[in-house]
Amino acid sequence: MPDTALTGPRGPKPKKRFSRNNIFLYGTLIVVSMYYLLPLYVMVVTSLKGMPEIRLGNVFGPPLEVTFQPWVKAWSEACTGLDCTGLSKGFWNSVQILIPSVVLSIAIASVNGYALSHWKFKGSEVFFTILILGAFIPYQTMLYPIVIMLREIGLMGDLGGLVLVHTVFGMPILTLLFRNYFASIPEELFKAARVDGAGFWRIYFQVMLPMALPIFVVAIILQVTGIWNDFLFGVIYTKPATYPMTVQLNNIVNSVQGIKEYNVNMAATLLTGLVPLVIYFASGKLFVRGIAAGAVKG
Amino acid sequence: MSVVEDGALRGATGAKRPSRLFRNPMAKIASIPMILTAMVVFVGGTLWTVVHSFTGSKLLPKLNWVGFDQYERLWDTPRWLISISNLALYGICSLILTLTIGFILAALLDRKIRFESAFRTIFLYPFALSFVVTGLAWQWILNPDFGLQSLVQGWGWESFQFDPLNNPDIVMFGLLIAGIWQGSGLIMCIMLAGLRGIDEDIWKAARVDGIGTVKTYVRIVIPMMRPVFITSLVLIASGIIKLYDLVVAQTNGGPGISSEVPAKYVINYMFQAQNLGQGFAASTMMLCSVIIILIPWAYLEFGGRKNA
Repeated sequence: MPDTALTGPRGPKPKKRFSRNNIFLYGTLIVVSMYYLLPLYVMVVTSLKGMPEIRLGNVFGPPLEVTFQPWVKAWSEACTGLDCTGLSKGFWNSVQILIPSVVLSIAIASVNGYALSHWKFKGSEVFFTILILGAFIPYQTMLYPIVIMLREIGLMGDLGGLVLVHTVFGMPILTLLFRNYFASIPEELFKAARVDGAGFWRIYFQVMLPMALPIFVVAIILQVTGIWNDFLFGVIYTKPATYPMTVQLNNIVNSVQGIKEYNVNMAATLLTGLVPLVIYFASGKLFVRGIAAGAVKG
Repeated sequence: MSVVEDGALRGATGAKRPSRLFRNPMAKIASIPMILTAMVVFVGGTLWTVVHSFTGSKLLPKLNWVGFDQYERLWDTPRWLISISNLALYGICSLILTLTIGFILAALLDRKIRFESAFRTIFLYPFALSFVVTGLAWQWILNPDFGLQSLVQGWGWESFQFDPLNNPDIVMFGLLIAGIWQGSGLIMCIMLAGLRGIDEDIWKAARVDGIGTVKTYVRIVIPMMRPVFITSLVLIASGIIKLYDLVVAQTNGGPGISSEVPAKYVINYMFQAQNLGQGFAASTMMLCSVIIILIPWAYLEFGGRKNA
């Protein structure tokens, strides 16, 4: 029975292009798409206008005279309080936070996930469950104890401290991701390597790592967007000199001093959003896979 | 129990060997970061905060017990009450709207349409952006002098009023528009995956029985997607409680204190008002609300499975 069902034509019968249903369907999708695209469009056009034009028109009109001045200003001259060095400082801070955080968190979590999938020991599942439950605890309950811990090890206000915080809070989801992935690698492969005398690290580096490249890409996408977009940890565990880009952006745009330069603000906002957007558009399906992997069990 | 075991592992190198402890020492050493994170930061940190919420800590954490004073003060503070009711309003609306929009969009995309991946890309891209970027973008669109309000007024509807960010009564809806814009794509994606997991034969059977499309969705498909809905629910709920960046960027709690939320209350008391005890008490309340949400879910997910 199932076979005959499969040999029959699958999928819907061909329909007329412009049936009433289709018009409704595409109409709805296009209208909804406009809601989703609107902010991006508004940010782009605003950031390309001069201030006089903004004062005259509305935010939705295309720029009559395209200027890149706001972008230059946002990058190198915008003021946070008295410091007028632009967003570039925050950008480089974020890069300095991002790279070690991504490397460290993924290195640790992948080894953890590997240990949890093929080298279970007594209590390992208990710790893992606690780790996963920990992901649901509101960060607010752990903020202050972490301040104390960072102070104890002398990393409070330092970029290194923030890297550590990102590593810790990335651990539940990443460990889960890697554990599930490594668990899907056939046990026989692992046993064969064991029989051949390979130990913990050797199996990890020579058997598991080469097979796990796709999941590493997913983890990198997840971490890069997550850490780049972080605001809470950045604002609490750093000081003005080491503020990541999101925090600096907020300070620039929401500063009460001076006249508001909306075009510069929007250029700054776009600049901050650029990194995750590029990753999103470049990675396509993998991004979806990453968040789905994170979401389904997270 | 297991903690002791691991403590022994690290402490007693070279002592007489209980063979079970020393089997696969590498796996255990490699798990130390995870164990430290789970036990020291997550469990230890949380317990520390809960314990200190019963003290009168001000600038520095101290162990001068005051019983439930901090909690009494908390529930007497108008700002906390506003925070809670704001979060409840935002949470309920966001849950309903995100689930509805997410499901409808997924269902539309599942109708074997053209350009599906283009639409999906459009719906999901806000999720790649941070809440700060989201908040600032919508702050600008909702700007009363240049944004949506002035546009509609410019069309000739002079009396049109839509200024959520400066109107205490509707400010939460201003945040809601932005929050849904950012987060609904994710739910759409999860729902779409759920819809794709439903057997084509179900659709055929429904068609043979002459059941309409909408009715099939409501009566057959949605009940079948229960686990997907529960996952989405947990995901949205845990995101709602964390609501902080968006508020800071878009309204900074204003106008006045009309868009304050609990997460912001905690951080303001801990790091600005230097009233640690109050912040600890508020964060403990947040923890309690998570537990209240989490326990029924864990029961449904894991308790139910054992019985079945």
